[in-house]
Amino acid sequence: MLTKQQGGASSNAQCIIPELQREVRLRVAISLSSRGRKIDNISESRNMAKACQCLIALLLLSAAVSAVEVQRPRGVPLSKKHFYVEGKPFTCLDGSLTIPFDRVNDDYCDCQDGSDEPGTPACPNGSFHCTNAGHRPTFIPSSRINDGVCDCCDATDEFNSGASCPNTCRELGRKEKESLQKLAEIAKEGFILKQQLIQEAKRGLEEKKAKAFELEASKKQLEEKVEALRTVKESAEEPEKEAKGRHLKAWEDQKAAVRAEKDKARMAEVFLELDDDGDGLVSLTELQSHSELDTDSDGSFTETEAQALLGGMDKVDMVAFEAVWKDIKDKYISEAQATVETPQEGTPHGETREPLSDNDSEHYSEGEIPEEDDDQEEEEEEEDEEEEEDDDPDEADYNRPPAVQEKKDDEDEGTMPPYDEETQNLIGTAQKAREQFDEAERALRELDDQLKSLEKETSSDFGPSAEFAYLYSQCYDLTTSEYVYRLCPFNRVTQKPKHGGSETSLGTWGHWDGPEGDVHAVMKYENGMGCWQGPNRSTTVKLKCGKETTVTSTTEPSRCEYLMEFTTPALCQDPKIVDPMLHEHIEL
Amino acid sequence: MAAFTERMAPVLLLWLAACVSGTLAVERANFKTCDQSAFCKRQRALNPGESPYRALLETMELTNTRLTLQLKNDKNKVRLLLELYRLQGNITRVKINELKPLKPRYEVPDVLVREPPTEPLSLLSQDENGVVLSLGAESQRVIVSARPFRLDIMEGRDVLLSLNSRGLLAFEHLRLRKDTFSYLITSTLASVWNNVTSVFSRQADREAEDADLQDEAILEEKDEDGMWEETYKSFTDSKPNGPTSIGLDFSLPGVEHVYGIPEHADNLRLKTTNNGDPYRLYNLDVFQYELDNPMALYGSVPVMLAHNAQRTTGMFWLNAAETWVDISSNTAGKGSSETPQTDVRWFSESGIIDVFIMLGPTPKDVFSQYASLTGTQAFPPLAALAYHQCRWNYNDQEDVQLVDAGFDEHDIPYDFIWLDIEHTDGKRYFTWDANKFPAPKEMLQALMDKKRKMVTIVDPHIKVDSSYKIHNEIKSQGFYTKNKDGGDYEGWCWPGSAGYPDFTREDMRAWWASKFAFDQYEGTMENVYTWNDMNEPSIFNGPEITMHKDAKHGDWEHRDLHNLYAFYVHKATAEGLILRSGGVERPFVLARGFFAGSQRYGAVWTGDNAAEWGHLKVSIPMCLSLGLVGISFCGADVGGFFKSPSSELLVRWYQTGAYQPFFRAHAHLDTARREPWLFGPENTALIREAVRQRYTLLPYWYQQFYHAYRTGHPVMRPLWVEYPQDPATYALEDEFLIGKDLLVHPVTEEGATGVTAYLPGKEEVWFDVHTFQKHNGGQNLYIPVTMSSIPVFQRGGSIIPRKLRVRRSSTCMEHDPYTVYVALGHQRAAEGELYIDDGHTFNFEKEEFIHRKLSFVNNHLSSVNLAPDAHFSTHSTIERVVILGASKPTKVTLKTADGQTSQLDFDFDASTSVLTLRKPGMNAGTDWTVMLQ
Repeated sequence: MLTKQQGGASSNAQCIIPELQREVRLRVAISLSSRGRKIDNISESRNMAKACQCLIALLLLSAAVSAVEVQRPRGVPLSKKHFYVEGKPFTCLDGSLTIPFDRVNDDYCDCQDGSDEPGTPACPNGSFHCTNAGHRPTFIPSSRINDGVCDCCDATDEFNSGASCPNTCRELGRKEKESLQKLAEIAKEGFILKQQLIQEAKRGLEEKKAKAFELEASKKQLEEKVEALRTVKESAEEPEKEAKGRHLKAWEDQKAAVRAEKDKARMAEVFLELDDDGDGLVSLTELQSHSELDTDSDGSFTETEAQALLGGMDKVDMVAFEAVWKDIKDKYISEAQATVETPQEGTPHGETREPLSDNDSEHYSEGEIPEEDDDQEEEEEEEDEEEEEDDDPDEADYNRPPAVQEKKDDEDEGTMPPYDEETQNLIGTAQKAREQFDEAERALRELDDQLKSLEKETSSDFGPSAEFAYLYSQCYDLTTSEYVYRLCPFNRVTQKPKHGGSETSLGTWGHWDGPEGDVHAVMKYENGMGCWQGPNRSTTVKLKCGKETTVTSTTEPSRCEYLMEFTTPALCQDPKIVDPMLHEHIEL
Repeated sequence: MAAFTERMAPVLLLWLAACVSGTLAVERANFKTCDQSAFCKRQRALNPGESPYRALLETMELTNTRLTLQLKNDKNKVRLLLELYRLQGNITRVKINELKPLKPRYEVPDVLVREPPTEPLSLLSQDENGVVLSLGAESQRVIVSARPFRLDIMEGRDVLLSLNSRGLLAFEHLRLRKDTFSYLITSTLASVWNNVTSVFSRQADREAEDADLQDEAILEEKDEDGMWEETYKSFTDSKPNGPTSIGLDFSLPGVEHVYGIPEHADNLRLKTTNNGDPYRLYNLDVFQYELDNPMALYGSVPVMLAHNAQRTTGMFWLNAAETWVDISSNTAGKGSSETPQTDVRWFSESGIIDVFIMLGPTPKDVFSQYASLTGTQAFPPLAALAYHQCRWNYNDQEDVQLVDAGFDEHDIPYDFIWLDIEHTDGKRYFTWDANKFPAPKEMLQALMDKKRKMVTIVDPHIKVDSSYKIHNEIKSQGFYTKNKDGGDYEGWCWPGSAGYPDFTREDMRAWWASKFAFDQYEGTMENVYTWNDMNEPSIFNGPEITMHKDAKHGDWEHRDLHNLYAFYVHKATAEGLILRSGGVERPFVLARGFFAGSQRYGAVWTGDNAAEWGHLKVSIPMCLSLGLVGISFCGADVGGFFKSPSSELLVRWYQTGAYQPFFRAHAHLDTARREPWLFGPENTALIREAVRQRYTLLPYWYQQFYHAYRTGHPVMRPLWVEYPQDPATYALEDEFLIGKDLLVHPVTEEGATGVTAYLPGKEEVWFDVHTFQKHNGGQNLYIPVTMSSIPVFQRGGSIIPRKLRVRRSSTCMEHDPYTVYVALGHQRAAEGELYIDDGHTFNFEKEEFIHRKLSFVNNHLSSVNLAPDAHFSTHSTIERVVILGASKPTKVTLKTADGQTSQLDFDFDASTSVLTLRKPGMNAGTDWTVMLQ
């Protein structure tokens, strides 16, 4: 048995006797009667006066209103009133326990689910219902009852804490209604715009499809043209190649003759140089004085080795030396330059490639490209191509500075004489054919690109009615105190310091990222520039209904994770769907 | 908050590349090893052996308060002065200084709460070998041996502790540099003087002989490298005073367990250091510190506790210079049968030897002894014991508002939201970024309306900027620390070029304190508190990321007092917060760097940890070690500062942090957001539950802090403190006690399905606080765990008051009623306390509080007044009494102060033996008795 409080505790402010709350209820008469709940028709004039003010301000649509008062324990919503019947034992809503009714709201938690204390903070998991007449009713955790903080706009949560909470429901209700109305207006206008956008998108799509069809046709023509020109080119190149070959052969022969002559002269020179004793013969000893000729390169040029070089003989004359010369000329070092180290010839292959490998680090290329707003998109694509090309070995050869190679070959042999007139003509014809072919091929590639981008555009997800299509290839800026943020929908997000400095990618188009059923409410841009010790930058764009298409805010809630808010008519809902929400709060 | 990181990137990029080099680990090369610290190397090179020092007994003077005698180094003839004091409360103080230093040597000021009161020493016996003095109680004596000099503190026949028993007393006397002009002059004069005195000494009376003895020429040792200049990396330390280091050894017979000397990311039980560097005490900002490591960290408390089953003693080495501690043991790693002994050796770069030997004999005696020297834990405002939400950074006012709203939306309580450095105008402390925080008072008022508070960061580095008022005032008053050439010292920190106020100056501290006034620190209100980060001080471009040792604080070098700088910053700030309320409100200041005595000024945390399981685990021994040396208000960044925690780690960290004294979540700028509701509803619920458990226990935490404030006993304590004779507790560091009645074994293993908790005390029983299941003490208990488990046990025999009505902040719970948990022990008895005051002012010092003893004996639970002179009234009642281990009564009667009796409703759960008394409702501040029949 519970004995009522005594002694020192009786004055305690927290001790609350079970009480029923007298409350003024405002209702739309029509909706009320339809629910058929028991209504106590006692009204209190003072509250009534206030209530009527609320009412007048509130109810725009309903003609007939009435005020009613409903008795139920503090903190209980109407929907649960029937569980709390005065004088009858109360069963916890989870069914776990039945207690006398005087233990409801007696500031002691009996039910595990907290249902016996809807109007006190006694249960850690209870919830308290604020009626909030004039605004929207809410539940708050019962831990917020009498904690000195005003939570319910009707101040009913602070009935015993000494906190002075004004009733702000009317004001809040008015504000909310205003803002809902504003939203509805925006939605209405936005929705009209959206219809236009949908129409435009439809038209655009059709146009694009037509264009694609058209392009397909010209593509076929172009392909044929390219093939024809290829044949022309190839047939012109055949004689060109032959003539050039002939010319080259003649030149090579001439060069060979000159080289043989030179070699012979050098052999004679060497013979004389070797023939130390001037007896017209090169002897073993004379040969051995040239240790660089050591056949097995073991550091000692033995007699046997020398003899082998001399074809088994002890000495050879000028004629026999000719055979010896062939074997030794690559190694032989003239006595005049024997002490001079031959400098290493040529640069290692890798070095000539170096400028290329620089281009490989694609991250730098972005910043280097001069920016012009209109061209950005194209630039992006060009960049992509460039990157692909970098991997192509032919391209690498093509790019290699030719000067290095030529120098090596031609040293002191003079340059090739110009082609004769006939060959020149053949080359001229072939060159023209090549140019025509190249031009046609380029045209075909361009066409192809156009087609691809059209395809990409027509196959993108621009919303259920393609209402977002108009954003494609557009960019929207927002300037903050430090940066200019740019959102190019379906493409990328960037950040650029206001006062100079390079642009930072905050992500490229990833996917729609809204919750299920509203997937087009959020855009996700990913894989932006990497962060120090962190992830790559990314941006979430939250879309809102608005008349204007504009970026309204940018924040960085977490390091390198950006959040943008973006308004667009494309997200505006049919006002017919929005409207009921507007009037919902009148239903108490 | 933070060591140096990316945000300095624009300026520090190159430097960073060199220092950080992309790794995620401590850059060891930024910090000295013993070998790289010249004095450490010199001191450590000395080997145990016969000490060159002998005590000159004929110089002994014994007064009522102290004994003095001279020590002479037979090798270099330098004389030292030994002072020996017996202090009240069983403490012996030993001071050793040069008898005649060339100039004064630094003696640490401001750390001792007063000049410790002495007790008389009496001479028991004396002969040519030594002196025996009585220490009063328990036949304790000090034996001073003359040749070689050593000190032994005895109890009966047992040696408790010996000084210089290994002959490692080493005192580098001040000397003149030989290659300087002044040296030549002085030494010439000295020899002239010697001639003069020898003429006069012909009269040969006793005094003159003494003078002669004292003036015996000092034999100069050879200069070694690093004595007069020392270079580390690109930094040269000019060392104008030459070598000044001091060192001394202590032997602890019978001791195998030593603790303390924080701050290190290491075990609770200190390791032997033979195979590596000594433990280092030098306040440093260590970027991404490593675990299991004797490297120095942010704070230093040169206090060590030695413990065995018979006795606990303590050593307090009062020196604020760079200090190293070597520990060796004769039993380490071998099952030796000889008497175990631990040898400890301390050495510091400058100053004097000033050591307090705290003789216990119980752990709590040592805590009280140490508290009598350096003071107790500041009693924090109650809200500071609640949950703190921090991040580098909450970006702007809207962010603050959204996070605040998030806690309400997810029904998670919190008391403080914190603003890191980005809230300021360009890292100019005491200012706000006008774009991000255009109306700070509006923001603060919104928090105040919800009874919540804020902490803003105020670091000690001051941006050098002639348009910054704070800088100009410091500069014009000459308050900056000076460089070796006398100009204002400048270093590089968050704001770029920064000055470092000379906090060792009292006038500077008073000025600093005045800056926290509401009209000075604009945009602040009463609910703003303070965070001192980087107070080691951290200097990005300084040697070891701190100040040059040859910087000047008045006549002293930074070298002499480095470890004290952080203490002074903390002190000045705490005094500022007191000052701004006219001495009414208790301050709350969190600091990263600290020293002995810092407990008087607020809370500390373990600095820039990381989101790793190892860091979660080490938070326990790190805070336990701090508690042992007086700093109870300790915590680790929940979630880990660097890197991002998995949701499992985050939940486990909340669960652990909820049971550690300072409970704050914090995160690095570069980590993903991690407010408690960002990890899915399940994890949100787990975190909510952990935080709510903390809030229900706030009355107990508050009472423990009151106790810590009164006694100096740690709040979070190792098990051996309460069970000193149980060797099984000596090395436990994965569980701990809060006060003496709650045992916590948090889950700190990834993927754990169970933990094994040691429940101490063969005579004890322990109740699982969640299931009320009873377990016997003196056993290892395996507890299966799920993600929601936080194994916590209430000791049978204890009474713990809680407030079960968790609200959105602790202040909202002020008037709420208590539920009293009575856990019956084997004797079917229990006792506990209840402490209540206004929660935030100093009025408790004016006896405005309620302190009651709750006891259960002979089936009577009663509340009696522990402080009859105190007066305070509370609205709070006792709404429920839960008796664990009870049997079913037939009748329960409440008798209140006015003599009225009434019957109470109750509920008895036979399956758990839990008796719940329904709504007794008596005021918590009154006398009452509940009788079970």
